[in-house]
Amino acid sequence: MQLLIFCATVRIVQPILDIMIKFKSSMQPLSLLPLVVQNLSYKVNEKLLLDNINATVNSTGVSVVLGANGAGKSLFVRLLHGLLPSEQQTIKWNDQVLDLVIRKRQALVFQKPILLKRSVSANIEFVLSKSILKPRTSDLIQQRDAVLHEAGLFDQRNQPARLLSGGEQQRLALARALATKPEVLLLDEPTASLDAATTFQIETRLELARDKGVKIFLVTHDIAQARRLADDVMFMHGGRLIEHSVSNEFFNHPSSEPAKAYLEGRLLF
Amino acid sequence: MQCFKIFLIVLSIHMSVSDARADESSIILQSTTSTANSGLYDHLLPIFKKETGITVHVVAVGTGQAIKNAKNCDGDVLLVHAKLAEQKFVSEGFGIARYDVMYNDFILVGPPEDPAKISGGQLATIALANIAMSQSQFASRADNSGTHKKEVSLWNAARIKPQQSSGHWYLETGSGMGATLNIAVGSGAYTMTDRATWISFKNKQDYKIQVEGDESLFNQYGIIQINPKRCPQVKSVQAKKLIDWMLSRKGRDVIAEYELEGQQLFFPNALTHY
Amino acid sequence: MQDFSTAFSLAFSLIFNADADLIEIIGLSLSVSFSAVFFSVAVGFPLGAVTAVVRFPGRQVLAVTLNALMGLPPVVVGLLVYLVISRAGPLGWMNLLYSPTAMIIAQSILITPIIAALTRQIIEDLHKEYDEQLRSFCLPESRIVMTLIWDARYSLITVVLAGFGRAIAEVGAVIVVGGNIDHLTRVMTTAIALETSKGDLSLALALGIILLILALSINAAAYILRNSAHRSAHT
Repeated sequence: MQLLIFCATVRIVQPILDIMIKFKSSMQPLSLLPLVVQNLSYKVNEKLLLDNINATVNSTGVSVVLGANGAGKSLFVRLLHGLLPSEQQTIKWNDQVLDLVIRKRQALVFQKPILLKRSVSANIEFVLSKSILKPRTSDLIQQRDAVLHEAGLFDQRNQPARLLSGGEQQRLALARALATKPEVLLLDEPTASLDAATTFQIETRLELARDKGVKIFLVTHDIAQARRLADDVMFMHGGRLIEHSVSNEFFNHPSSEPAKAYLEGRLLF
Repeated sequence: MQCFKIFLIVLSIHMSVSDARADESSIILQSTTSTANSGLYDHLLPIFKKETGITVHVVAVGTGQAIKNAKNCDGDVLLVHAKLAEQKFVSEGFGIARYDVMYNDFILVGPPEDPAKISGGQLATIALANIAMSQSQFASRADNSGTHKKEVSLWNAARIKPQQSSGHWYLETGSGMGATLNIAVGSGAYTMTDRATWISFKNKQDYKIQVEGDESLFNQYGIIQINPKRCPQVKSVQAKKLIDWMLSRKGRDVIAEYELEGQQLFFPNALTHY
Repeated sequence: MQDFSTAFSLAFSLIFNADADLIEIIGLSLSVSFSAVFFSVAVGFPLGAVTAVVRFPGRQVLAVTLNALMGLPPVVVGLLVYLVISRAGPLGWMNLLYSPTAMIIAQSILITPIIAALTRQIIEDLHKEYDEQLRSFCLPESRIVMTLIWDARYSLITVVLAGFGRAIAEVGAVIVVGGNIDHLTRVMTTAIALETSKGDLSLALALGIILLILALSINAAAYILRNSAHRSAHT
């Protein structure tokens, strides 16, 4: 009996949800920018991990969140994406507080890709189809194959995703994130454990997305990568946002001591 | 919706199976184990079915359990061997009437060394007294079955309270006859059993009948139809057919002709005018 | 000790002669236990997964209860089911006692907690791994649950086998609600109990050997299925 109810509930609730979400998002075609962060702090067990962050991001392109390990970068993007709870009114996307509709217009790529225990193509299909109970349409298969071609993974489409190389896995994770057609793409150290060639592939793909108008927030500790990609840089240190300026200015005239030290390659503690 | 389809298919398969039981041509006989385990029903019921078209499903449990199940209306006919309990069952309105159907006897079995020196004795009470005095192990059903009730009545007649030595030399198994026999044989204990179970029991090893033939070891089986006034679902017509047939000349002949290892196991003694 | 050799030769002669009664008993054993597993999976998978994933009041109480219920004694389950479906019981009118359906109900009650509790554990572990990504996708909880069940399916095979093993091997519940009626509710385990009580230990052991062979082949089949599918597709 429970099984029946379970099936039935899913069948009934799913389309209603889909319609509601479509309806809601069609009411809000406005850009998610500007992003305004006000007095954002984050504590775990009384320990202050993010300390009163204030920032406004209005520019398109790539915003790089730069800093050493433990600076609070990963925490920051998770808060921006709503994976962690933030206090009311501290994060606003285009004057809206984070909610499901806004979160659905974003995608996050993790440092260690979390791939489903399925084939490569099933990982893409997962985000393309809204419901597992709907049959695969030819339209969906076309979309899927386009995504796979774009990511250069079409030949591996039937392999188990978990058996891909590290670089391929991250390419798949990125392709999957982009397949959701996000307006804002957040990436948490996506190339931290990848070699130069794969890093280049990922960066190329990011530039392509940026050129199509996707707003990118890239967390990295890699100065060279930041130089290559950043339109503006948010430099974090010790849980605080120390500097936020356009790329040229940040790299040529860092105003804070920690940023100078970091750029010069001195060890920061 | 695939899950729904599979659900329906599986359910319908089993509904059809259970329908077979609910149909009009089958009844449930709550029976004591000795009659079932000795193979009597395998001999008797096919003949009954051929004559009447009625399938009898036998639930073989101890007499106490069988009576309890019958009180819950979980059967149409009751065949057990504890006359007092049966009469009480009828007088309380659970059964319509009780008929003697057949008898055999109980026996005391024990190891060949016979530590209590009871072999060849005639009186069951003396044998039990000897067992108690020598503190030889004795396995008791202790399950409120017909055999157990008989055993208790014998201890009472011998004025012995073996429960005081429970776990010492008096082993209360709380199990069926077969399990108790297995325990007795395994631990060198005496026990009391009905003869039918003993003859058909295959794990005798070197065990022997030590005491038999005492009048007090008489084992009467009775048959009762469950009262439809109490239990409206009882299939009275079919139940009555079974009882009539068991008590009839034909039924008595069929019971009498059943033999195992050359021995007759049950002796029909239904009133002849029935 | 000669019981052993007798038992083995008896077991093989029963199998090779395709003894009709034996086949009927095996068939009923399998169909009852498979059905019980089917229903228990239908309830236990979602129940276990929901307990692992969804935060609701009483969730931990439920998890502990499920774990505890794994140790349900079959006789107790049999007794409870008996009291409910006995003609004198609340569901007596359904006429279920002494039927395969009753045995399926009893076995389902017995193994649903096992399947649910083990599922909860497996899904919880997988959920830890998937959690951030699935939340990032903003999926409804129903889909998260289904995704986790699907992705854990090869681990869940072991859960199903554990449930099946318990169902096919238990005797206490089915003998009470089934009544061990010949050609109607007699299954492998009740037949073994019966032969033991008749003192025919060799035959009882032979049936036990056949039951073991049965369980072994089902487990082997599941193992092969799991391994081949695992390797070819979805690590």
